[in-house]
Amino acid sequence: MNNLRWRLALIVVIIGACLWAIIPPEKKIRLGLDLKGGVHLVLRVDAEEALKLETMNSSERFRESLESGGVTGVTVTVLSPTQFQVTGLQPAQDAVFRQLAVDLQAMFDRQPGAGGYTFAMKPNVARDMRIATVVQARMTIERRVNELGVAEPIIAQQGTEQDHLLVQLPGVTDVDRAKAVIQSTAQLQLKLVEQGPAPTRESLLQASGGKEPPGTEVLPGVQDRAQAGAPAAQMVYYLVRKVPILTGRDLRSAKQGPDQYNQPAVHFEVKGDAATRFGKSTRENINRLLAIVLDGTIVSAPNIEGAISDQGQISGSFTMQEAEDLALKLRSGALPAPLTYMQETTIGPTLGQDSINSGVLASTISLALVTVFMLVFYRLSGVNAIVALVGNLIILLGAMSYINATMTLPGIAGFVLTMGMGVDSNVLIFERIKEEMEAGRGVRASLNAGFSRVFLTLIDTHLSALIGAAFLFQFGTGPIRGFATTLFFGLMSNLFTSTFVSKTLFEAVLSQRHTETLSI
Amino acid sequence: MQIFHNPHFNFVKYRWPALIVSWVVILAGVVGIYLKGLPLGVEFSGGTIVIVQFDKMPGIDQVRGALDKSFGGGENVVVQRYGTESLRQIMIRVPQVGRESGTELGQAARDVETALGASNLGAFKRVGTEIIGPVVGRELTSKGITAFLLSLFFILLYIWFRFQFSFAVGATVATLHDVLVTLAFLVFFRVDLSLNVIAALLTITGYSTNDTIVIFDRVRENLRGTRRDNLNDLVNSSINQTLNRTLITGGTAFLGVVALYIFGGEVLRGFAFTMIVGLITGTYSSIFIAAAIVTFWPHGRGGARIAASAPVATAARPTATARQRKGARGGAGS
Repeated sequence: MNNLRWRLALIVVIIGACLWAIIPPEKKIRLGLDLKGGVHLVLRVDAEEALKLETMNSSERFRESLESGGVTGVTVTVLSPTQFQVTGLQPAQDAVFRQLAVDLQAMFDRQPGAGGYTFAMKPNVARDMRIATVVQARMTIERRVNELGVAEPIIAQQGTEQDHLLVQLPGVTDVDRAKAVIQSTAQLQLKLVEQGPAPTRESLLQASGGKEPPGTEVLPGVQDRAQAGAPAAQMVYYLVRKVPILTGRDLRSAKQGPDQYNQPAVHFEVKGDAATRFGKSTRENINRLLAIVLDGTIVSAPNIEGAISDQGQISGSFTMQEAEDLALKLRSGALPAPLTYMQETTIGPTLGQDSINSGVLASTISLALVTVFMLVFYRLSGVNAIVALVGNLIILLGAMSYINATMTLPGIAGFVLTMGMGVDSNVLIFERIKEEMEAGRGVRASLNAGFSRVFLTLIDTHLSALIGAAFLFQFGTGPIRGFATTLFFGLMSNLFTSTFVSKTLFEAVLSQRHTETLSI
Repeated sequence: MQIFHNPHFNFVKYRWPALIVSWVVILAGVVGIYLKGLPLGVEFSGGTIVIVQFDKMPGIDQVRGALDKSFGGGENVVVQRYGTESLRQIMIRVPQVGRESGTELGQAARDVETALGASNLGAFKRVGTEIIGPVVGRELTSKGITAFLLSLFFILLYIWFRFQFSFAVGATVATLHDVLVTLAFLVFFRVDLSLNVIAALLTITGYSTNDTIVIFDRVRENLRGTRRDNLNDLVNSSINQTLNRTLITGGTAFLGVVALYIFGGEVLRGFAFTMIVGLITGTYSSIFIAAAIVTFWPHGRGGARIAASAPVATAARPTATARQRKGARGGAGS
């Protein structure tokens, strides 16, 4: 009797704690993206591009050092994202060459070939760089998303190579802006202009015989408003030095503000050591043009009027919003590699609400049907089963709320299946009790035998279903994980309610009145 | 209330016809896949789904006509009402245009909007979009198959550990059967294989084992009883003893998924359909397939092992009825 009281108290406490965790449901239950609405993106980080950039920069720096070291007549060609080749080397200059190539040893393996050398990035360096690139991309996107002010975003690495990024932005409505902020690499580079502007690529290269001189490249840009005095529309071309004198990585901060013509612009500050370097280069190049290159396009090319070290400004034909987004991207850092979209799902808020409505309707109807069914089949004992079932659902929701799990639409389906599982356990037990009673045993003995005999069966069925749920969780992302989580907790709480709770209820009723029959 | 009071159906007798029927269904499914291909959802095939809400619901044919110009007609473009009539929503599915290129996937979705806008169907807005590149599908397929095989394998291990090897084989074959039959029905009814449908198939893997385990549990218990008849009769009476439970449980779970199918909305329809088929075939297979396999198990070795595992393995007595055995067991255990 005393024992029974303790068990009832335990049940009340557990159910109470779970109720407390889920009321009111609209505040306490975390909804998944498919119910709340929002954007779901899967991107692939193209890490090879980062390797390629590194190889290009290393080979370019090496070419410059060869030039200044007096090794002439050699050609440097990039063969693949991880390899470059030096040809046309005079045997007499081999010693000098080797001396200059010492700097490359940390990253590249050197192989002698005909009239030169091939440099290949060390496999472990390449692997580390691939991993670092994806991680850096993830962190950059995290910072950008946080700056966008999205509540509870999810950014995670996934895929067999871990090079996919899952980005979930609940409640976001302006999809295009979110995508624009996420996807642009925002690679800021400040490069010295050698020639230009010119209206076409060809006219720009006339002086150098139609080819880009070594160490330079042609970049497109828009005409500077300051010079043209009219809204920029025309494309112009500049010949610029390949190696930048400042990059986005050297920035300490960036914010939107008006330029001297009161147009939206981005003001930035440069980090300490870079500032010294930047100051030196600008001092040496007063009255030359400095190209501000963003993702391969020149947004403006102002004249260097004096030494600039720790502050600067990017003006171009920005709207206020564009300038703000650019500042945001510069603050959060450049993406180390381009991204490819693999999947893009947008769920409008109305669609999510429709899903909630139909999910709740289906659950309610199926609970009602099950209730009628159980009452018809098991009469008063059916009431017991329904109480246990409702308890099961409350504990399931409570557990999910406590571990902060997300409710998704398939999760609601898991809810309905949990009801089925709960009923199943009760049916198994009740049928067994009936059998025992038919075999001529008393009510109490039949109850005990029914519960204790079926218990092992229940363990077996639940464990095998749990195995299924575990692999389902492993398989899925987002909504499917929500489903697997619901199934998992549903199975666990069902074991508790269909045995412990249900049996305690039977005993509580029997303790009130002595009866020779059971309404079952 | 009971569906059957003390049923005595001879289920084991029908194991051969049952196996044939199952094989016919599965083979028909294979033929269906061969002729028309698997009905792949957008998650697997790649492509674009746009859900559009109109101010005034146009006819499906009108929408189709609007899209024909840009996307060509045929089976490539799917146009369906989405949700109830009052929501005024239409789902449009178009194949992936070109390769997954650079940073842009959204071209097809914009093309759909442009085509609809040019066709005088009244005001509309895009309420949902799903765009999936081709790479995703390949990865999902291999992940789904791995998850299925692994969970099947671990369930096999578990049942082997808890019961016997022949039981484990029976349960695994029955589960495999359920998934194949369900897949066949998905092909017959051209239900798109979506992520949710795969989730339902994986759920069936776990759930179809349940029915089987309940029957096996009873077989094991009867094997431990003091009276023994031959294995066929024993399996048969175990099925009969659990028949009420099997049907009632199947019935309630069935009610649940039917409610999901009717009221659960568009997104869950494929899921609910899969579960409905899976529940029916699951119940059927645990009665006709799983138990039958246990009886098929080579009588020499397997039979001996089953007999050996029973604590009191006396020679078969004159066939006892289920009723008598029930009485004997009820008296013996407490």
